[in-house]
Amino acid sequence: MSKEQERDTEDVEGENSVEGIPGEPEGFYDPGGDGMYDEERFEQFREDRQRWEEETLEPWLENHPEREERFESLSGYERKRLYTPEDVEDLDYEEDLGWPGEPPFTRGAYPTMYRGRRWTRRQIAGFETAEETNERYKYLLDQGQTGLSTDFDHPTLTGYDSDDDHSEGEVGRIGVAIDTLADFEDLFEDIPLDEVSTSMTINSPAPIMLAFYVALADERGVDREKLRGTIQNSIFKEFIAQKTYALPPRPNIEIVKDVIEFCTEEVPNWYWANVSGYHTREAGATAAQEAAFTLAQGMGYVECGLERGLDPDDFAPRMSFFYVSQSDFFEEIAKFRAVRRIWARVMNERYDAESDAARRMRYHVQTAGESLTAKEPMVNIVRTTTQALAAVLGGCQSLHTNGYDEALSIPSEDAMRLALRTQQVLGYETGIADSIDPLGGSYQVEAMTSEMEERVLDYLADVEELGEGSMKEGMLRGIETGYFEQEIVDSSYEWEQRRAAGEIKKVGVNCFQQDDTDEEVDLFTADPATEQRQLDRLATVKDERDEEAVEAALAGLQQAVDEGENIMPHLVEAAKAYATEGEMMGILREKYGTYDDPGVF
Amino acid sequence: MSTRRDTDIDSIEGADTVRVLVGKPGLDGHDRGAKVVARAFRDAGFEVIYSGLRNSPEAIVQTAIQEDVDVVGLSILSGAHDTLVPKTMELLEDAGMTDVLFLVGGTIPDADAKELREQGVDRVFGPDTDINDIVDYVRREVLE
Repeated sequence: MSKEQERDTEDVEGENSVEGIPGEPEGFYDPGGDGMYDEERFEQFREDRQRWEEETLEPWLENHPEREERFESLSGYERKRLYTPEDVEDLDYEEDLGWPGEPPFTRGAYPTMYRGRRWTRRQIAGFETAEETNERYKYLLDQGQTGLSTDFDHPTLTGYDSDDDHSEGEVGRIGVAIDTLADFEDLFEDIPLDEVSTSMTINSPAPIMLAFYVALADERGVDREKLRGTIQNSIFKEFIAQKTYALPPRPNIEIVKDVIEFCTEEVPNWYWANVSGYHTREAGATAAQEAAFTLAQGMGYVECGLERGLDPDDFAPRMSFFYVSQSDFFEEIAKFRAVRRIWARVMNERYDAESDAARRMRYHVQTAGESLTAKEPMVNIVRTTTQALAAVLGGCQSLHTNGYDEALSIPSEDAMRLALRTQQVLGYETGIADSIDPLGGSYQVEAMTSEMEERVLDYLADVEELGEGSMKEGMLRGIETGYFEQEIVDSSYEWEQRRAAGEIKKVGVNCFQQDDTDEEVDLFTADPATEQRQLDRLATVKDERDEEAVEAALAGLQQAVDEGENIMPHLVEAAKAYATEGEMMGILREKYGTYDDPGVF
Repeated sequence: MSTRRDTDIDSIEGADTVRVLVGKPGLDGHDRGAKVVARAFRDAGFEVIYSGLRNSPEAIVQTAIQEDVDVVGLSILSGAHDTLVPKTMELLEDAGMTDVLFLVGGTIPDADAKELREQGVDRVFGPDTDINDIVDYVRREVLE
């Protein structure tokens, strides 16, 4: 038995506490310590640090200048030379870090994290028609994917049918085209709704997609309580970043309230919102802006539930979050740890949530599409790998890794396979999933986590001020006044200038450029016949449906809209009658109007 | 905004006579690139008109006529460039605006970019483009 094996055996028997190594062997050195944080010892430490700077560092710097005057993170925050116990002097273990699965969840949302179950590998898919996407789903499930995720095309995202004038050239392009329940029947063919969890990336028309899903479950006799999944339904960020809005902000928020209420009462295991920062960051925000604006939105939605008289301990456990993992490794890890901590505090202190479930922030992460380059696309696999690593070390619940070809196109099957393989290698070959929060306690990571928290709290205070105490109102006014857009556009322009100046490096683009590196990659090519196929499909459904039933269901929806009732049950009825998405959205558009982006730049 | 860099965009002499329309046709909401480019043009001193989102090719060409622009730049990241670009170009031709410098930016695969150029697009700027290169290109084409 090797020495290591001997030690391991002792570990199993529980005898190997720090003080309790049998016989106190005279080792290389005594691993036990007295702790860094008693006053006297700390003072001594401070003096020693000063000594190091004077005796070792400064003479060295005279002959070996550092690469930069000021080191900056991707978001432009100063990065220190060295992080030491002095940087975490104020950190209180119990208060600020705590234990995995307990508030403030800094060390992880769950007690065993990936030792119990690894993160969900949830690759998004959606293109062309429901049939093609269904094939991709089955392929991904066969490859070991554990959850489904859907991207919709622009007409679906903005509430237009495929045969609408707005849709020309866009049907099935960046996601799957959905018009009626018939498309959902195809999309989920041979996929048991009570066994998979399904995430749908859609916002303003989210209630309609949820209605299609619930209608499909009813049709198949699957109990609504067994449905698991998420609709993004993160409408605030549509106005500040993603820009696939359909209705104006204020009426849309009323519809979000309908969804919260309906889900809480009817589909209790469904996540009614996936509060998204991803798009805000991709639009050019900094890490702190991404985190802060997302938390502010989450608080806005909590206030929506409260306004419907719901108890946060009932509805808040069914909201999740969504962040990007960008290229600055430690900045991202700090962000992930900080948002968990802030949410746990806010939910309790501000909204009186008491249960751990309501205070626990769960989130999905996607690697940064923005960071990918069109030049030398295979190098993107490396970028995606480090971003995925940061997501896992930060403690995500699910992860999407981008395809290497996404600066050019929606991903090919080969690109998606490699992206999924990346996660599998991280999860199964590296050992990073075997201990909880492995970077917890790192001076740098803890200091950066606390710094991120402070930056985020500053922004939250701004939003609160805008809303005169209400975060929901702060979000709405921030949208109406262009506050969020201006913040983001300033950051994105600054970022672009830093990149142009070479301060932000992109290998192969602004450093280490090579000529003749045009790697030929096989891109996904959109089938030009898709649009026509979907148009034919829609025409057939319209032809075959019972028009009287459609009219009756739409009249029910109209009445609910006019009388201010919850529209969700009526959307489900309209879905079952094969009313189209555009017909349902049409009623809402007629009532509430549309929205013009202020176009701040 | 932090310190000025050497690479920051300087105001170009005579630029204020040049009118540039930055347009977002179709349903695509990816406006980061369009806004960054619009701002770079503004910093360079051009007169910039930004269309905002969700414009039909007809609306963009209408604006181009009304504002009597010298440059039209479309930003498209939705894959719908093969429909939206030819349509816009056709409408510009119908309106007799054959002199405008016509640019396209976004996620345009090389093969498609080649095709667009053959159809008459003056320049296609793909991902990874340096904003200074775009400004410089317009300066050369319009002011020299």
